[in-house]
Amino acid sequence: MKKQRYERPLIKKLEDNMPNKFGMRKEYLPMTHIDDVSVKELIDQYGSPLFVISERKIRDNIRKAKTAFETRYPKVQFAWSYKTNYLNAVCNTFHQEGSWAEVVSEFEYDKAIHNGINGSKIIYNGPDKTEESIVKAINNSSLIHIDHLDEFYTIRDVAIRLNKIARVAIRVNMDTGIYPMWDRFGFNYENGQAWTALNKIMHSDVMNLVGLHTHIGTFMLSPNAYAVAAGKLADLAIGIRDRYKHEIEYIDMGGGFASMNKLRGSYLPGTDINPTINDFAEAITGALISSNFGPGKLPLLILETGRALIDDAAHLLGTVISNKRLSDGRRSTIIDIGVNLLFTSFWYEHNITPAQPFTQYSEDTVVYGPLCMNIDVLRENISLPLLNRGEHVVIQNVGAYNMTQWMQFITLRPRIVMIDMEGNPHVVRERESLERLLEFERMPDHLKDFKL
Amino acid sequence: MKIKQDVAVSDSGFVFNPTTGDSFSVNPIGMEIIKLMKEGKSMEEINKSVLENYNVEEKTIEKDLYDFIEMLGHYSLREENGQT
Amino acid sequence: MGKPKYTIGVTALNAIDSPGPGIPIIRALKQAASFDVRTIGLSYESLEPGVYMHDLVDKTYHIPYPSSGIDFLLERLTYINKQEKLDLIIPNFDAELFSFIKLEPELNALGIKLFLPSQEQFEERQKFNLPEFGEKYDILVPKSESIFQVNKLRELMKDFEWPVVVKGKFYDASIVYSENQFVTAFNKISSKWGTPVIVQEFIQGAEFNVTGLGDGKGNTIAVVPMRKQYITDKGKAWGGISIAEQYLLELTDKFISQTKWRGGFELELIKNKAGKFYLVEINPRMPAWIYLAIGVGQNIPEALTNLALGNKVEAFTKYKTGKMFIRYSWDMIVDLEEFEKISTTGEL
Repeated sequence: MKKQRYERPLIKKLEDNMPNKFGMRKEYLPMTHIDDVSVKELIDQYGSPLFVISERKIRDNIRKAKTAFETRYPKVQFAWSYKTNYLNAVCNTFHQEGSWAEVVSEFEYDKAIHNGINGSKIIYNGPDKTEESIVKAINNSSLIHIDHLDEFYTIRDVAIRLNKIARVAIRVNMDTGIYPMWDRFGFNYENGQAWTALNKIMHSDVMNLVGLHTHIGTFMLSPNAYAVAAGKLADLAIGIRDRYKHEIEYIDMGGGFASMNKLRGSYLPGTDINPTINDFAEAITGALISSNFGPGKLPLLILETGRALIDDAAHLLGTVISNKRLSDGRRSTIIDIGVNLLFTSFWYEHNITPAQPFTQYSEDTVVYGPLCMNIDVLRENISLPLLNRGEHVVIQNVGAYNMTQWMQFITLRPRIVMIDMEGNPHVVRERESLERLLEFERMPDHLKDFKL
Repeated sequence: MKIKQDVAVSDSGFVFNPTTGDSFSVNPIGMEIIKLMKEGKSMEEINKSVLENYNVEEKTIEKDLYDFIEMLGHYSLREENGQT
Repeated sequence: MGKPKYTIGVTALNAIDSPGPGIPIIRALKQAASFDVRTIGLSYESLEPGVYMHDLVDKTYHIPYPSSGIDFLLERLTYINKQEKLDLIIPNFDAELFSFIKLEPELNALGIKLFLPSQEQFEERQKFNLPEFGEKYDILVPKSESIFQVNKLRELMKDFEWPVVVKGKFYDASIVYSENQFVTAFNKISSKWGTPVIVQEFIQGAEFNVTGLGDGKGNTIAVVPMRKQYITDKGKAWGGISIAEQYLLELTDKFISQTKWRGGFELELIKNKAGKFYLVEINPRMPAWIYLAIGVGQNIPEALTNLALGNKVEAFTKYKTGKMFIRYSWDMIVDLEEFEKISTTGEL
């Protein structure tokens, strides 16, 4: 006789406010395959935990985003936000799709150059641009987005020294009616700081004002705030035209579009309430088109969208280490994915989906990572099907920020694979090893030996 | 290890404790175990029965069965001094 | 010619101490003169009393919580529709309306009608948008602010005086008199309904409510104003009386004609000592006291059904004033088998 699939015995008290099985059923369809590749085989071959990126999904996302903007506006350029995910394989996928590079440090700048990007297609943002990197950026005709006046003076001095013209824009911050207002980056619109900076640039012989930039926030749920921001940048551009007879080349609306993740504290799931790329496109292009640019004079629209293009293109696979009962009767499950790999679990309620079939029975569970640290909690409370030790789970929507903000802490960071358009997995980042980590360390002679 | 005699278990996996008024739901394997307990089977016999019918390692069922019986106690569904 | 028979799904069967409007709506539908009805209860929890009221609710199905997403809701409604062939669904919880509004095209494709406000109308009247709403339509509203963090209180209290009303995005409100009480209320409300939490100026005075129905083209189909006579400790009307206050009728006409409101609604107002009415809340659905409207001659659920199904509807022009509603509670005797059935199969 063939034995039945085992599931642990479960008894659950019926309480009035208990979610019934209909409420949770579909969230718990197993995710056995990613782009037709078996999750179990991926783990068998590459280990657990494992990040898995879908090339198909990335291309699909950027193409949809381009369509959303290009059908509404004549000139559009996307720039890949390196900090969101600067894995070279990811960057190059976007570059193959026509995206420029948007970087916020010398490290990222060098990485973009290393990837073979033409310097004139690098947008250089951020409050900490080293003098060496400014030299490179001016020599390469990169687009330097000035964050503060100290930076303005450095760029001016370097340009004079090099006897070159720097292509610059300023980053503008402003009140778009949303909370919190990001006023720490760039120059304020309302109090006139932006105009002060623009006047200085226009009066400098070594700077060419090519654009205006803003980036109003992160995980934005209000397309209208982008319409307000685009309107204000358009007003600035027209003010410059009228005052200096100078036409800027582009308006850069930055990034910040929400992905479909569910924010902590949100009642409804992200897939229901978060605006789509079409909503943002409609708001931004609508505001620009209805502003006072003359016919044929609309500037290039640059978008630095990161999260919304990559989040759902990556998954994090893991394995159940143990099921435990807590002292108050709650169930807990320990998996081999810690908060050191899944930084975004501090902001999102990530879905955790089993990678193998299961029944409709579920239990309210705390999901812990493997770290010997109390903060290592992935979900405080999630209704999970009954997982056995050694079974696998898939965490979705992890493409943004996790593969850049992850930490080497207690454990070594795992492999990352990318599944190509034909369904073949490729390792795009190797697993860390003790040897590699020790290469960074130096031992003073007097500490080399000890006796115990 | 005995389940209280007046605890009612229906085929839909609905368990009612008439002493406390609490209702519960159990999954099929849980129901099977409660039925074996009502028949007065020992832990060893239940263990054996599950091992025969399910694709599971002994150490897993031992741990899960212990936990399940703890929960039955937690919900006052077990006879006090339940050791047979 | 016989009357048509419609199958109508209704939510909010929680006829408890802080009741939902589902049961009074079903009573109204059963009394409709223009059609016969089979009522399908849509419940979230096994102890919603309406589940067991078989003389009113012909059959009940559990549906998933809004927090599990519209895909699951659609899947479940598709299943229910296969069994029941629904003509119309009347959703009645604030927290579920967003999902139903979003699903309207899909439900229409299944042959199920809705008669709800548009996404824009729904958003515009959100509690945290009330100040803008008041300004846009020139309606007096109490001062209010949305806050995301409890530590914003100090800054906020420069513009407010104790006590203030603290409200959740969808539900819950409490009057707080001190910083300590505020922190407790903020934490309780934000943990349940998320942020923002709304802080509103406390207006002292008598409470008035208006229920009505807009046809989506700016016409008022029904309007009944009521003054609360007895208020429970949860702030719910336990008794009320229909009144003739002209200002409330005019305000409602203005509200409907300017927003082109589609569907049922409730306006909550407070009249201060100086005799001024403040609009404190707009609920985008019928209230729990909707049966008073039927009692005074305006069967709003019937009219809403006919509007939704494209039947001709004449606007109500009068109602009886001085009619009261007095709520009471009633203990049903229910067999455990019924509870078992709804708990384990999700149907009863």
